[in-house]
Amino acid sequence: MLKIIDLHASVEDKAILKGINLEINAGEVHAIMGPNGSGKSTLASVIAGKEDYEVTQGDILFEEESINELAPEERAHKGVFLSFQYPTEIPGVSVTNFMKTAINETRKARGLGDMPANEMLKMIREKSEMLEIDRKFLSRSLNEGFSGGEKKRNEIFQLAMLEPKLAILDETDSGLDIDALRIVASGVNKLRSDENAVIIITHYQRLLDHIVPDFVHVMFEGRIVKSGGKELAHELEEKGYDWIKDEVNA
Amino acid sequence: MTKYTEDDLREELKTKEYEYGFFTDIESDTFEPGLNEDVVRAISLKKEEPEWMTEWRLEAFRAWEKMIEPEWANVTYEKPDFQAISYYSAPNTKPKYDSLDEVDPQLLETFKKLGISMDEQKMLAGVAMDVVIDSVSVATTFKKSLDEKGIIFCSISEAIQKHPELVKKYIGTVVPRTDNFYAALNSAVFSDGSFCYIPKGVRCPMELSTYFRINQGGTGQFERTLLIADEDSYVSYLEGCTAPSRDENQMHAAVVELIAMDGAEIKYSTVQNWYPGNAEGKGGVFNFVTKRGICEKNAKISWTQVETGSAVTWKYPSCILKGDNSVGEFYSIAVTNNHQQADTGTKMIHLGKNTRSTIISKGISAGKSQNSYRGLVQIGPRAENARNFSECDSLLMGNDCGAHTFPYIEVKNKSAIIEHEATTSKIGEDQIFYCNQRGIDTEKAIALIVNGFSKEVLNKLPMEFAVEAQKLLEISLEGSVG
Ligand SMILES: Nc1ncnc2c1ncn2[C@@H]1O[C@H](COP(=O)(O)OP(=O)(O)OP(=O)(O)O)[C@@H](O)[C@H]1O
Ligand SMILES: [Mg+2]
Repeated sequence: MLKIIDLHASVEDKAILKGINLEINAGEVHAIMGPNGSGKSTLASVIAGKEDYEVTQGDILFEEESINELAPEERAHKGVFLSFQYPTEIPGVSVTNFMKTAINETRKARGLGDMPANEMLKMIREKSEMLEIDRKFLSRSLNEGFSGGEKKRNEIFQLAMLEPKLAILDETDSGLDIDALRIVASGVNKLRSDENAVIIITHYQRLLDHIVPDFVHVMFEGRIVKSGGKELAHELEEKGYDWIKDEVNA
Repeated sequence: MTKYTEDDLREELKTKEYEYGFFTDIESDTFEPGLNEDVVRAISLKKEEPEWMTEWRLEAFRAWEKMIEPEWANVTYEKPDFQAISYYSAPNTKPKYDSLDEVDPQLLETFKKLGISMDEQKMLAGVAMDVVIDSVSVATTFKKSLDEKGIIFCSISEAIQKHPELVKKYIGTVVPRTDNFYAALNSAVFSDGSFCYIPKGVRCPMELSTYFRINQGGTGQFERTLLIADEDSYVSYLEGCTAPSRDENQMHAAVVELIAMDGAEIKYSTVQNWYPGNAEGKGGVFNFVTKRGICEKNAKISWTQVETGSAVTWKYPSCILKGDNSVGEFYSIAVTNNHQQADTGTKMIHLGKNTRSTIISKGISAGKSQNSYRGLVQIGPRAENARNFSECDSLLMGNDCGAHTFPYIEVKNKSAIIEHEATTSKIGEDQIFYCNQRGIDTEKAIALIVNGFSKEVLNKLPMEFAVEAQKLLEISLEGSVG
């Protein structure tokens, strides 16, 4: 589904990603871990197409096609979704209105007409129930005054509404309380299928207890320096990153 | 035909198309440019006005001659030459074009985006149309249901003829002839405009709209509107049209006077989309408007405006809260793009006890434009327990535009409570990327963010108008972030 080949990216001439290789197949869950500032969010943004980052080398293939030159919305239309580490506020635009616009713009790009209102309402009801979101919440301005946990839950609500092929969750677990973590994780699990894939960026094992990864990668200074199975995450939780840094520097 | 709403009317319009159109009863002619007492007399004569009206105009003219054009607004423009303007031109019946093919394609593109029908496009662009005047036309039906309630809604010229007692009693009582330079000029030479009277206790059953006013082609250069809501009556009045109006007249100086008697309520909504000039700032309308309403006891006046047009806008719809417990409201969205300059705001003059006013102003600037809010809240010595709440928010797009806020507060009564909030924000790249990531392209993202920003004001507009205004905002800002 996603194939990243020797990806280098920089911002304002500062190299941040320094040769990432990663292959993700449909049906898989990959966890990306690594110390602060190692480039995890940057990788997510580059996959999503944020223009601040310049790809200086390498390629990103999505379903066998290069998406390097595509605008972020075109990547979204193809089924790339990013749950933001820091979701932005859009005052005056309700969650419902935002979702309606996003869904209909995506449908338009795929040559479909607007989603009928009754279908939209049904979907909103189902997905908000699944994530135990109070419907009143959906009338509020997007992310404005949301608590940290509410923002993250709202990101997953959007994920559920848009049903992407590739979901990248950037520190979705940070800010969630214990119950919310369970609800969000079970939501993500329900959305998993043989046709889609998930990348989970996290610092902690707790989310991975619920959404069990097939692969765990460790990023350090703009590179994936170690990959393994789900045990790798446990090992990191126990030992921290020093041993990996030592390995890299050796 | 008891509950004939504007929706019914609109439905009928769709099926019946424009059965009404332009019709003339005045021979077409135009005065030579220039202004003096003779010209004022001639205008009055042309309109077959009574003696008192002619005198009224002349006094205004004499006052105007002694006045100088104001300079305090935060706008710069080349001052119009008042002797180079022709002050009377009979309604233009000749179509400007023979077919739509001759019309500026860009204008047609905008019409299309606004969802304006083919026939309507022709009418607005001034293309020849086959017009059938039907005695039971839509407009007549509309008028009939007003007549039943005793509501008068006609052109100001017709009102001067048919209801001289009302016009004579109220014209110039809210905006005196000597109020300001442009108001004086308008009082001397106005040739067009609307008149409306709602009798005691009557709730006007439909939104009154200049758009549906018959026999009046286009907006005049010096429009005069007089709206009187008698005791305990209610009216919602819509002015303007979302379709872009191009006009050879560069300068417009309108006067609007509202009178809300005891317990009456007037809701006055404007959508203005006059030609702002091209991207370099050439051409475009100069719009100098004086709008003011007076509230008697327990009365309420609410101004709502969406301004996207004009090269230069100078406009301060105001409320004089004379009666105790009266309420004034001002909700405004002003968009400026390219080289547009807007200096708008309001004045809330609290004279009576327990008077309340609310001001919500949303300024959106893009391109190289300048957008200023200028507001005055004045609490008189007798105005016990007056309250005002003002909120002025500015949204900037890009680095070359400007937003300015000039709030003036004058309080002469210690019991007053005044709150003022102001914010300035910029559309952030993060917001746009967030929308992009959800499949929303940048143009649409801006529209969404702008609509969110303007929501409080858009919500105050009548439903139909709000939808159109929303589309208009999108179009006005198209291509402003690249
Ligand atoms: N727009 C930018 N301008 C300058 N530096 C940037 C920019 N974006 C990212 N960086 C830098 O790139 C490095 C990687 O940042 P990134 O956000 O990808 O780290 P991360 O692995 O997600 O960290 P964390 O675990 O703290 O979220 C950091 O040193 C950061 O300061
Ligand atoms: Mg990060």
